[in-house]
Amino acid sequence: MQPDLTGLAVYPLVVVGFTALAMGAAWLLRPKPRQTALKRSTYESGIPTTGETWVRFRMSYYLYALVFVVFDVEAAFLYPWAVALHQLGTFAFVEAILFILILLVGWGYAWKEGALEWK
Amino acid sequence: MGAHQGLGAYQAIVGWMTGLGVPDWLAGILYRVGAGLLMMVFISVVVLWLIYMLRKEMGHMQLRMGPNVTGPLGLFQTVADAIKILTKEDIIPAAADRPIFMLAPFVVFFSTGMLYMVLPLAPTWIINNVNVGLLFFVAFGSLTAFGIMMAGWGSNNKYSLVGGMRSVAQIVSYEVPMVLSLLGVAMLAGTLSTGGIVGAQRHVWFILLQPLGFLIYFLCGLAETNQTPFDLPEGESELVSGFNTEYSGMRFALFYLAEFANSFAISAMITTLFLGGWHGPVLPFLPWLWPFIWFMVKTLLVVFVMYWIRSTWLRLRIDQVMSLTWKVLVPLALLNVFISVGEMAIVRVIGG
Repeated sequence: MQPDLTGLAVYPLVVVGFTALAMGAAWLLRPKPRQTALKRSTYESGIPTTGETWVRFRMSYYLYALVFVVFDVEAAFLYPWAVALHQLGTFAFVEAILFILILLVGWGYAWKEGALEWK
Repeated sequence: MGAHQGLGAYQAIVGWMTGLGVPDWLAGILYRVGAGLLMMVFISVVVLWLIYMLRKEMGHMQLRMGPNVTGPLGLFQTVADAIKILTKEDIIPAAADRPIFMLAPFVVFFSTGMLYMVLPLAPTWIINNVNVGLLFFVAFGSLTAFGIMMAGWGSNNKYSLVGGMRSVAQIVSYEVPMVLSLLGVAMLAGTLSTGGIVGAQRHVWFILLQPLGFLIYFLCGLAETNQTPFDLPEGESELVSGFNTEYSGMRFALFYLAEFANSFAISAMITTLFLGGWHGPVLPFLPWLWPFIWFMVKTLLVVFVMYWIRSTWLRLRIDQVMSLTWKVLVPLALLNVFISVGEMAIVRVIGG
């Protein structure tokens, strides 16, 4: 099957164009009064915001991100295998299952080390 | 462009345009632009309907009427809301990181809009039946995380930042079981093209062969679209409305549009992958329209169940959300891979 490359190039532009059109329509229609400093202040339920917002964040997020990368790459490897499973023999079966089992060991290790806990 | 894509009427309309003296390449591009714009209109109409449906459904489940004043049965309420939000002032906080703040809604809507490229609405109604459609859908589905992170960071607001971080952590974590649960479908269908997967369900819907995969994908779909019970990113009681707290006017509307369009796309993908897509009995009256009707009926049923859950369940705690995906759904998704391999072996033995 020949993929439709023109369509692949045109459709994203249409999506962006539609978004730009919507923003443009809103720009034409909306009132544009002079905005005071109070209106443009950061919203925090009516209380003036204190301190920095852009601070260091908790560690758990990065741990999850690391485990995510491992598993997502795994999934990306498994997709071609899954599609071609019709043609591949028993050897590919066994190999992919070994691959998944090795990853399961890694997953168990991550669990044991507490990377999957929300602390 | 094959006969199975581009909303069906490709030959007829391009032939008509070349007959008028339009060069071949331009006619092809114009046709694709038209098809894309038609899809954008489809998204807008679907979103208007979904918002109405959500409010009506939630209303009735909470023993109230929902919108019922504007137009018959309140049908024009969302239209009125859309017009109103279009005429709202655009406020960009002084502290915000301007370029990132302004770009974020575009990124979110772009990634959602791209999902609709591979949805097979009917046998020939698909914008572009790429041969890696399933992977394409999953990839663009997770691109939303970038936009949400940009919104959360760019707003320079503590609610937004916490909401954005939670949302990204959640999307990223539920991505893993989601992708793994779809492996079984890819195996059974032997193709990644969404049109091909629907074609492979001619005799039996994959929900019967992949009940576990269906359940995992459904739960992950709820989490990816930040719906109850996974709606901590916008937990009103603590975060006002999460990553879009600082947004107003059309920028906010784009987030809202993307959110609803996303939940429709996820439901449409559930229909495509597990519920047989557009397959269904074709009646003699308007035979070409029935596949589309079946597709919409199934998809809206899935959306109905999503909103049912949304209006009755409670919000989970963040550690519960995280341990659900990493400690329950990931092993179950891997188990589903093994089950699918077993099914494939059985199919091979009986010579399917």
